[in-house]
Amino acid sequence: MKVTLKLYAALSDHLPEQARRTNALELDLDPGTTPARVIERQKLPLKLCHLVLIDGVFIPPVERATRTLNEGETLAIWPPIAGG
Amino acid sequence: MGWTKKVLRVDLTKGTCKSEPLNMKWAQEYLGQRGLATKYFIEEVDPKVDPLSPANKMIMATGPLTGTMASTGGRYSVITKGALTGAIACSNSGGYFGAEMKFAGWDMVIFEGKSPKPVYLAIEDDKAELRDAAHLWGKSVWQTEEIIKKTHQDPQTRVCSIGRAGENGVMFACIVNDLHRAAGRSGVGTVMGSKNLKAVAIRGTKGAGGIRDGKAFMKATTAAKKVLAENAVTSQGLPTYGTQVLMNVINEMGALPTRNHRDVQFEGARKISGEAMHEKRPTDGKANLVTNAACFGCTIACGRISKIDETHFSVVNKPEYWGATGGLEYEAAWALGAANGVGDLEALTYANMLCNEEGFDPITFGATVGAAMELYDLGILKQEQIGMDAPFGSAQALVKLAEMTAKGEGFGKELGLGSARLCAKYGKPELSMGVKKQEFPAYDSRGIQGMGLAYATSNRGACHLRGYTVASEVLGIPVKTDPLVTEGKADLVKAFQDATSVFDSAGVCVFTTFAWTLADLQPQLDAACEGGWSMEKLTAVGERIWNMERLFNNAAGFTAKDDDLPPRLKTEPAKTGPAKGKVNGIDKMRPEYYKARGWDDKGVPTKETLQRLGL
Repeated sequence: MKVTLKLYAALSDHLPEQARRTNALELDLDPGTTPARVIERQKLPLKLCHLVLIDGVFIPPVERATRTLNEGETLAIWPPIAGG
Repeated sequence: MGWTKKVLRVDLTKGTCKSEPLNMKWAQEYLGQRGLATKYFIEEVDPKVDPLSPANKMIMATGPLTGTMASTGGRYSVITKGALTGAIACSNSGGYFGAEMKFAGWDMVIFEGKSPKPVYLAIEDDKAELRDAAHLWGKSVWQTEEIIKKTHQDPQTRVCSIGRAGENGVMFACIVNDLHRAAGRSGVGTVMGSKNLKAVAIRGTKGAGGIRDGKAFMKATTAAKKVLAENAVTSQGLPTYGTQVLMNVINEMGALPTRNHRDVQFEGARKISGEAMHEKRPTDGKANLVTNAACFGCTIACGRISKIDETHFSVVNKPEYWGATGGLEYEAAWALGAANGVGDLEALTYANMLCNEEGFDPITFGATVGAAMELYDLGILKQEQIGMDAPFGSAQALVKLAEMTAKGEGFGKELGLGSARLCAKYGKPELSMGVKKQEFPAYDSRGIQGMGLAYATSNRGACHLRGYTVASEVLGIPVKTDPLVTEGKADLVKAFQDATSVFDSAGVCVFTTFAWTLADLQPQLDAACEGGWSMEKLTAVGERIWNMERLFNNAAGFTAKDDDLPPRLKTEPAKTGPAKGKVNGIDKMRPEYYKARGWDDKGVPTKETLQRLGL
C-alpha cells in the first residue's frame, strides 16, 4: 500500500536529497505497518521522533506501535519543536 | 531587590521629566512590567478615555529580571489603552532596549499629555530630557535610529521609535526597538504618534544592580539556563528553525487559517515555512535565512535574520533592502502569507521588512489584507477603489498594499484602519476575523478549540500570547490535550493566562515556558526581589493581574458580548483536515470559563473573587 511519509525540521536530513524540497516521500508498505515500524525502517533517531501525526491527527507514543497505517494516509513526524 | 525603585514621569504637554519613587506596595502585589505598569495605568487613567487623546497615558516598563543575568531577561512592555481595540493594551518586546532602560536606573517611564510639537526623549542614566524631533518626523524607524545614534555619537545608545505608520495614524502601528524587535500589537505605536513622541533613546551605564541575594541569584539563574540548554525545544528547535517551524505543523493539523479563514489548510504553506527559509534559492543559490539571533541575555536565540532575493520583483531596484535584517517569524509569515493566500516567501520577507521599517503590526496588516481580498472577491471592493486587482494569492497586491499602508497613500489609508473598521465601513463587519477589533494570529480555532476561548477572553483582543494553549493542544507542553474537544479547555486557558501574566511581569520571555514552569522562574525572582516570592504568591499575582485588566475593560464598556468569535468560526465548519465539519465551541466554553474564573454569567468578577485577590 502507498503511504506518504513527511519529515520536517531536523528530520528532513533523513530524506533522500530529491525529497527534501517537499519534505515528502512516498512509501510502499505492507498492510499492517505501524508508525513505529516506519521509524525503524527509515532508521530515524527515536529521540527526534517527537510529534507524530497521521493525516494531521496526533498519535500518542503508546499507540505508535499499534496504530496501523492505511492506504493513502500521510504520516508526518517532527523533532521537538515549538513556536508562537 | 530587582527593581531600581525609580519611575520617570514625562509630561509631554509641559515638557517636563521628573523622577519619583516606585510604589513598592504595588510592586509586591503586581511584580513589575505588565502587572505593575497596568496597576499604575489603571490608577491614573479613566477607562473611558479616547485612546488617541492627550488624557490617555503610555507606560514603558521593565520587570525585576530585565537587564539581569536571567536568561531572556531583556524584555520590556508598553502599556496603554490600545488605539486599535479600545481595551487595555500591553505589548511586549525583546531586543536590547529594555535592559538599557534598567541600566540607566529606571523601572518604568510614564508618558502623559501630548507634546505641542514632535519630540524624542533622551535618557542618559539619571538625566532625562525631551528634545526636538522635527528633523526625525517623517523618517522611518531605521532612519530615526541611525540619526539618533549619530547625533548622540554613541552607537551603544538604544532606541525605540515609531515609523511613518505611527505618524500617519495607522491604527495598528508598532513601537520598534533595535531595528526589528517590536511592541507590536493593539496600536501602541499609534498612541505614541498621537502624543507627538517620535522616539526614546536610552544610554545606561549603571548595570542592573541591587539583586537581593547575589549568590542565590547566580545559582538560580544558572540552574534555569541549564533547563533551557537541556530541553530539545529551547536548545535546538527554536534556534535552528525559529517559530516558523510551526507553519507545516499547523497546516498538517488543519488549523492554518487561509484566505481570511475561508479555509483551514494552505496549499502553499511549505513554500513559506521555516524549512523553506533554510533552502538555497534556485535564483541566486542562497538561502533566505542568514542566521539566528538573540535578544539581550537570551540563551535560546529564536530570532531570524534574513536576506532577500535581490532579483525578486519586490526589491529588484531597491538595494536598500538587500542587506541582512529581521526575517519572518511564524505569525508574520502566516498573516502576510496564508491569511491572504500568498505563497511567495520573498514577497512576505519584503512586506515584513516594511512592517519593521515603518512600524506596523504584520499580523493585523496581513489579516486586514486578507479581509480586503475577500471584499474584492465578493465584488464589494472594486479594482478602482483599491488601485489594483487584489485577488487572493496576489503577491504583487500584497507588496504594493504594504508600501501604500506604510506611506498612508490611497487605499493604504483604509487598510490602516484594521479589518474591523474596514469591514464595517463596507457593510460586512462579520468578515473581520478578530476579537475586540484585533485580528487573530495564526491558529484556526475550529482545529484548536482552546485557542478560540483564549482569543475570545484575551484582555487585549485576539492574541496568542495571552494564553498559548497551542503548547498543550498541539505540542504537548506541559501535557498533551486533544485540540478538537472543548472539555477541560476553560481550566487550561485560565492556567495559561495566569502563568503568562507572571512571566510577562517578570522581565523574561514567554518562550522560556516551552521548558520552564513557574517553578523554574520562582527561585530566580525570589533571589532577585525582596518580599518572599513563593509559588503561592506568584500564582496569586498572575490571577490578580488578569482580573485587574478585566476590570479595566469592563469599566471601558466591554461586556460578555465582546468575549465572542466572528460568526464564520461558529457557523462555517472547517472544510478539510482533522477538524473537517467542526466549528468552534465558544458558546459552551465561555460559561465554563467564567465559572473557573469566579466571574458571574455576565463576565464580571464576583465580590468574593475580588476579595480573594485583594482587588
